[in-house]
Amino acid sequence: MADRPDHPASGPPQSPGPSDPASGFAVTEWLSDGGNAGDVVVSSRVRLARNLAGHPFVHKATRDEREAVLQTCRDWILSTKLSDRIMWVDLHESPGIERNLLVERHLISKQHAKGKPAPTAGTPVAAAEEPRGVAISIPDERLSIMVNEEDHLRVQMIRAGLALDACWEAASAIDDKIEAGLDYAFSPKFGYLTACPTNVGTGMRMSVMLHLPALKVTGDIDKVKRAATDMNLAVRGFFGEGSEAVGDLYQISNQTTLGKPEGAILTDLQESIIPEVVQYERVARRNLITKRRVALEDQVYRALGALRHARMIGADEAMQLLSLVRLGSVLGIIDEVSPKAVALLWLLVQPAHLQRVVGRELDQERRRIERATLIRQRLGGK
Amino acid sequence: MKCDRCDNDATVHEVTVRNGVKVEKHLCEACAAGEGIGGASLGELLTKFMTQDAEVGAKPKHVHKPRAAACQGCGFTFDQFRQSGLLGCPACYKTFEALLTPLIERAHEGATQHTGKIPKRIAARAAGREDEAATEAALARAQLRERQERLKILQRQLEEAVRSEQYELAARLRDQIRKIDVVAPRVEERS
Repeated sequence: MADRPDHPASGPPQSPGPSDPASGFAVTEWLSDGGNAGDVVVSSRVRLARNLAGHPFVHKATRDEREAVLQTCRDWILSTKLSDRIMWVDLHESPGIERNLLVERHLISKQHAKGKPAPTAGTPVAAAEEPRGVAISIPDERLSIMVNEEDHLRVQMIRAGLALDACWEAASAIDDKIEAGLDYAFSPKFGYLTACPTNVGTGMRMSVMLHLPALKVTGDIDKVKRAATDMNLAVRGFFGEGSEAVGDLYQISNQTTLGKPEGAILTDLQESIIPEVVQYERVARRNLITKRRVALEDQVYRALGALRHARMIGADEAMQLLSLVRLGSVLGIIDEVSPKAVALLWLLVQPAHLQRVVGRELDQERRRIERATLIRQRLGGK
Repeated sequence: MKCDRCDNDATVHEVTVRNGVKVEKHLCEACAAGEGIGGASLGELLTKFMTQDAEVGAKPKHVHKPRAAACQGCGFTFDQFRQSGLLGCPACYKTFEALLTPLIERAHEGATQHTGKIPKRIAARAAGREDEAATEAALARAQLRERQERLKILQRQLEEAVRSEQYELAARLRDQIRKIDVVAPRVEERS
């Protein structure tokens, strides 16, 4: 990792700013704040895919070419005032747990954490990992810029609640600053050129993470999924592409990136589609509390009871129980656990965060035990 | 569930809808592999999806398909793209434009022309001058276009909301339109 006194090259746990005293972790902003429609919308995110003109795309580039792109991007990102403080992480040189922490905090993709070997002729298979990195604004963690993922640059802005407009404006401003110093691959016909033609055009993916426990209970979630698919939107789980919807958390995002300006995609999602889903979930919640109050209370208290008393628990089960506790908290059934406390636990029960809190590597069984202990402590269990 | 082809359990399920007709296939892994369905990586699935049209279109199987030479920018071939779902370099878009266009059209609801943001410096170059004023003007025009586009959509949604008596939504949309309306004329004056 490069030694840059102005840009601490350490992992996220050292981030200054609002931190959670018990775990020592900075609370990522998108999980710590209520935000617009925060009862249903957890976070909003805008991602822009960009590539440098005159360079092969990442998967085709040799190690040397990747190194050159990485250096060019890193130097420009760190010398341009993109944010008050920017942290840079050379992922190919950082330990696996650090990378997984970044994945769990939604700052890099799983693919970026894992990496793939560069097609370098003549080098042994076990050659060093290919050069790639990420820039993160601290302490807010709103901005992250992945370098050498599928595209040379992937600029991401993430905010709490329904805030796609704020994310888009901020991401676009960052994009302008980057473009002032780096030549983007752009064609008047196809727009921003990306390694995969499914991202070409705006290179933009807008996504919103929604907590939809009531629609899950009523089964209407399938209608939402079908409607979204009909509108060419993707519905994914907590960790994006290829992930299951654990904890009743769903991400809805646009798939079409060509032929529609960013503003049109933004307006469709922010003003019409997402508010409709939010309304749908709120109505389902109201129906649950008016028509099936005791059954709902029973589920919420059972979930809280299990979390307060379990001795071993897996991450997915914990997420599911936490989902019910959050629902109970938002609906005023329980007041001893805030939605914010649940959001922090969503993060802390993940394997890398858990191991960081405990302070050592843990096998799966040990993780289940430590996870249960951590949850008991934080929810006032015995 | 049993495999459509043999007695093994079906583990691969494919549902395709073509011209409104739903076709379901339930196969075991071996039969699925025979059909080229199972065990596909995301990249393969993507290329399969994106090249479906080309394959359906090529009815007599041995018709000579148009084949572009390797990309001058990076040496990538279209076959390599079909395997990985990823292009080799920005110049590939030009090299393989004729082959790519139908796939892109398919993946983007029929669109083949970018209508969104344009990098500032490229917008300036397109305007013929690289000075600050030209950049600003080009950017302002692009922003104006974007705002007008948003206004159009909002107005359409507003009409719909009023028609379907969703007054809460209509009020919100009206506020949005007012916000954009205030900004738009100023940009117009500048450009």
